[in-house]
Amino acid sequence: MAALRALVGVKRVIDYAVKVRVRPGGGVVTDGVKHSMNPFCEIALEEAVRLRERGLLQEIVVVSCGPQQCQETIRTALAMGADRGLHVEIPAPQYESLGPFQVAKILAALAKKEGVSLVLLGKQAIDDDCNQTGQMTAALLDWPQGTFASALTLEGEQLTVEREVDGGLESIRLRLPAVVTADLRLNEPRYATLPNIMKAKKKKIEVLKASDLGVDLSSRLAVQCVEEPPQRQAGVKVETVDDLVGKLK
Amino acid sequence: MMAAALWRSCAKLRRNMPIYLASWKAPPSVFKSSKSEAMVNPTNEGIVCAPLDTLTEEEIMMKEMVKKFAQDRIAPLVKTMDANAEMDESVLQGLFEQGLMSIELGPEYGGTGSSFFSTILVVEELAKVDPAVALLCELQNTITNKLFITYGTEEQKRTYLPRLAKDLTGSFCLSEVGSGSDAFSLKTRADKKGDYYVINGSKMWISFAEQAGVFFVMANANPPLGYKGITCFIVDRGTEGLHVGKKEDKLGIRATSTCPVTFENVKVPKTNILGQLGEGYKYAIGTLNVGRIGIAAQMLGLAQGCFDHTIPYVKERVQFGKSIFDFQGMQHQIAQVATQLEAARLLTYNAARLVEAGRPFRKEASMAKYYAAEVAALTTSKCIEWMGGVGFTKDYPIEKYYRDCKIGTIYEGTSNIQLSTIAKCIGQEY
Repeated sequence: MAALRALVGVKRVIDYAVKVRVRPGGGVVTDGVKHSMNPFCEIALEEAVRLRERGLLQEIVVVSCGPQQCQETIRTALAMGADRGLHVEIPAPQYESLGPFQVAKILAALAKKEGVSLVLLGKQAIDDDCNQTGQMTAALLDWPQGTFASALTLEGEQLTVEREVDGGLESIRLRLPAVVTADLRLNEPRYATLPNIMKAKKKKIEVLKASDLGVDLSSRLAVQCVEEPPQRQAGVKVETVDDLVGKLK
Repeated sequence: MMAAALWRSCAKLRRNMPIYLASWKAPPSVFKSSKSEAMVNPTNEGIVCAPLDTLTEEEIMMKEMVKKFAQDRIAPLVKTMDANAEMDESVLQGLFEQGLMSIELGPEYGGTGSSFFSTILVVEELAKVDPAVALLCELQNTITNKLFITYGTEEQKRTYLPRLAKDLTGSFCLSEVGSGSDAFSLKTRADKKGDYYVINGSKMWISFAEQAGVFFVMANANPPLGYKGITCFIVDRGTEGLHVGKKEDKLGIRATSTCPVTFENVKVPKTNILGQLGEGYKYAIGTLNVGRIGIAAQMLGLAQGCFDHTIPYVKERVQFGKSIFDFQGMQHQIAQVATQLEAARLLTYNAARLVEAGRPFRKEASMAKYYAAEVAALTTSKCIEWMGGVGFTKDYPIEKYYRDCKIGTIYEGTSNIQLSTIAKCIGQEY
């Protein structure tokens, strides 16, 4: 069996426990706010690590696109079991407008450059909830895609992906190379152990620029405004069932 | 060049010294203590000393990991473990799996190979969720592992360290019925019989005796020599004549067992002496000095965990038409407690940094432990008051922190003993 290599995307996002606040002048407050790895990316990475532990993958390369701090996210991924990291450094002003399409172009270019057979991504990021990067990457590479994976089996070049659909489970079979995006129930990610955190220090992180990959980062989208959700209005107490029905009508 | 710049800025400072402070710089020989000043080591550009709570990338990662582990794997069990006075098996297993039981142990023994400061951070994070679990981790790292690493023979290290990193816990047996703070008066004896020592006596208040697989037993091998006869023996759990008694029913840190341990003609080969014959007392004191910083971290985490549970409630609870956090009387109390917490944190971190820097730390360790224990007592007491009725019930975790904190002023040297140690150090400085 040929030695398979996987590319796993890990996005640095505002931690899920943080109360997100709108920044006056556009966007949300990110300074001094706790960030962590997007939970869906964590699931994708865990799946890759499990495949490697079963001897089905030879190497796991993680990639993160964004400012310098993304290296913390990459370091966490290395502590969880990835072999080496790629940091596509994107300066802050450009990062503001970085969307799924630009990231997909970077991922597609890297997949080719690194000669990977499997691109594993989270189905979406919890900050912008776009749910587009995996699909776009597959289209750009012209590879088959298995999105919202809740189970994954790899046999040689054959990949079976179980997907949760409205009516139950759908199983699809793909031939490698392919793009897979992870859903919530694919697995439960491990915690990086202390010894692995220490070992991660010695693993390599290569820093690249989008231009090194020949990727144009200009965006065709413009954000019109970002607003706080409206304050919830106080409710009213109704006296009778008729009143309630009247209100509901 | 850095040093020169530094000197220039210092000189400038001196020139700008306001007149009303001038008396401070007058006779340095009178005011200056005999302790030498820390050497300034300008490593980073422009930054002479980083703030004390500056963490390295891996320290941040460890902290995050432990926080997550504690939230997911320990938090759901805290209440039951406290009520049943029983440590859940999965917690102990989890601590081993995550490498939290061998933080400073080298990878050659299956350990993590990290720093003492990381241990402090780990203990603090665990204590935020359950101070009892934090104690288990603290004792293993700062006492059991440290004793083996520092004083063990190669043979002892090879036998025990890999197991201590995997599934074995240790227990430190010093206190006796008549020997608490006054460790000189311990009565347990070890009589030499050929290649063996026979240990007789009984120990009290032994943490983790119920689970421990290996015991460090302080026994006097030469009573006429007084404390210079005290020797540390390594005794395996299965050894004949070693009995672990019924565990105490305690006020706090109930998930950790505390038992009497008795020794009836326990035969121990002389190869089981830790380090040198007659040096046991020195080892015990040396280890406890470091251990105190761990206890300070435990108390600090405990207080912070309690505070973190309380403030959101205080902000939510509305009385007289506004949140009780918005009353100035409350704000001042909260600010005061938060300030003391910060002070306890800086004392603890600095003591840990002193250890890492290889500088004397006895006074600072005692200060950190004394102060953190006092602050924990104040914080938890205040938190119950701020929470009102619910803080007094077992539906909220606050009352548990209030019970757990009391041990901080008792074990690894009572608050009074810490004050005596601090005073002794001051006495030597002048």
